[in-house]
Amino acid sequence: MRVLVPFKRTIDYHLTARPNAAGNAVELAGVKMAPNPFDEIALEEALRLKEAGIATEVVAIAVGDTPMQETLRTALAMGADRAIHLEIPGELCSLQVADILKNLVLKEQAQLVLMGKQAIDTDAGQVPSMLAELLGWAQANNAFKVAIVEGRATVACEADHGVETVEFPLPGIITADLRLNTPRLVSMPQIIKARTKPLQTEAATAKYTISYTRTQVFVPQQTRQNKILPDVTSLAATIKGLQS
Amino acid sequence: MTALVFAEARNGVLHPGVAHAITAAHAYGEVDVVVFTEHAIPVPFAGIRRLWEVSDETLNHPTVDSVIPTLGALSEEYTHFIAPHSTFSRSVMARLAARLRAPMFSDVQAIDGTSITRPCYAGAVCEVLNVTAHRMTMTVRASSFAAAQPGLPATIEAAPFVCGVIESSVTASEEVTSARPELTTAKVVVSGGRGLGSKENFALVENLADALGAAVGASRAAVDAGFVPNDLQVGQTGKTVAPQIYIALGISGAVQHLAGIKGSKTIIAINKDPNAPIFKVADYGLMADLFEAVPQLLNELKK
Repeated sequence: MRVLVPFKRTIDYHLTARPNAAGNAVELAGVKMAPNPFDEIALEEALRLKEAGIATEVVAIAVGDTPMQETLRTALAMGADRAIHLEIPGELCSLQVADILKNLVLKEQAQLVLMGKQAIDTDAGQVPSMLAELLGWAQANNAFKVAIVEGRATVACEADHGVETVEFPLPGIITADLRLNTPRLVSMPQIIKARTKPLQTEAATAKYTISYTRTQVFVPQQTRQNKILPDVTSLAATIKGLQS
Repeated sequence: MTALVFAEARNGVLHPGVAHAITAAHAYGEVDVVVFTEHAIPVPFAGIRRLWEVSDETLNHPTVDSVIPTLGALSEEYTHFIAPHSTFSRSVMARLAARLRAPMFSDVQAIDGTSITRPCYAGAVCEVLNVTAHRMTMTVRASSFAAAQPGLPATIEAAPFVCGVIESSVTASEEVTSARPELTTAKVVVSGGRGLGSKENFALVENLADALGAAVGASRAAVDAGFVPNDLQVGQTGKTVAPQIYIALGISGAVQHLAGIKGSKTIIAINKDPNAPIFKVADYGLMADLFEAVPQLLNELKK
């Protein structure tokens, strides 16, 4: 079974996103980028499926401009067998990304797509479900435990009300939540080895058009009191005051 | 323009965000609502032109896949599809958007004509989008829209359940029965950071949370140190919280943590390091050793 893992490049989560000078986009120039943390969890799960003899090949995918290849090298260093960069410049909407991924999933004849539940930049969380719909596949979201036995996925999922188990016969899409696993650390020899692993680039085209323009990006204004309290007694009084 | 609200329901109970989604949907004209249940349940709000009731024995615990064919069949007369911003509804709206080849907007906080405002980077920034599409799906943040007034739908009609070909099912569902409120919807949250020092010491956070009827959270540093499991993690790579009161114990205030607590009405921080960044975003700060301050605070709160 071949497993695909889409990898997105986002601002390093240690950094604060800020608007650009024009105030109509997030400033990305000179900002340190890193793989989306949820995608790393998805890749870790795919690698564990391979180590358990369930997956035969793990392929990391990125959709976007040239620097995406750097992100894919991280995926290769973590242990992906190969990587495919679907090259397309400029901003893409979720439906465009899902459509580009759909074509690749069909071409690669993958049985499972493991991906992050959302990317930490847009926080939209749309591509997995859109991809599932375009493929006509089943999906299980926010997984914290994945079992695949004889072509059937049993996925324990975080839900708003608690937890639930979703089952379906493959093929399907599973999105990774935080509790699923802790991604492995990458060692220097693995980084060096990743340089020689296959990273294939293919030109991609967007089928749908973006139907919005971003007119403003701003930091929500918050006025905090910034009051330093002298002792625990006044803190207790403050909490009681806020609660009443 | 006519809007259709997807009224998420599970085990015969409506999602609390549905009342707010109905209010948001009125920005796009008349509002119909569709609810999928095993047995019909009331959707007791004013301002609903028509309620579509879809019933099937499989719908007590629906999968995302299972509701899509019916939504697709109902979709023709609607331009806007609105749902609360929950894990389940977000997937349903995204899947429906793909079926309609329409855009989707997640976690919308404001609607103004053709413009929508939504948060990115866990709320560190917001974006305003001018939408040129005439048809779209969206999830809306409950706390940004008032709840619809109590009332009754003008008409109620049954819609047939369209069974799809995808064979997925929910085989187990468990409500988390914690004595404490759920982190993302709690009115009060008490979180602990690396300053707690150990798993055992995290009991201090739990004790204060229980004294205040609060949910328990943690910083990524506390999770990475193994003090607590990562489902308690608050921040950009964890959960976004927006309580009335957020109390940070021994949390220095890393960027990605601050992003996740931005929506809190009042932030209180206890930290012994006067230079901790958390004090810059706190409404009230106490510079103290939390191992002394928290037990004292528990005593004071009992008075």
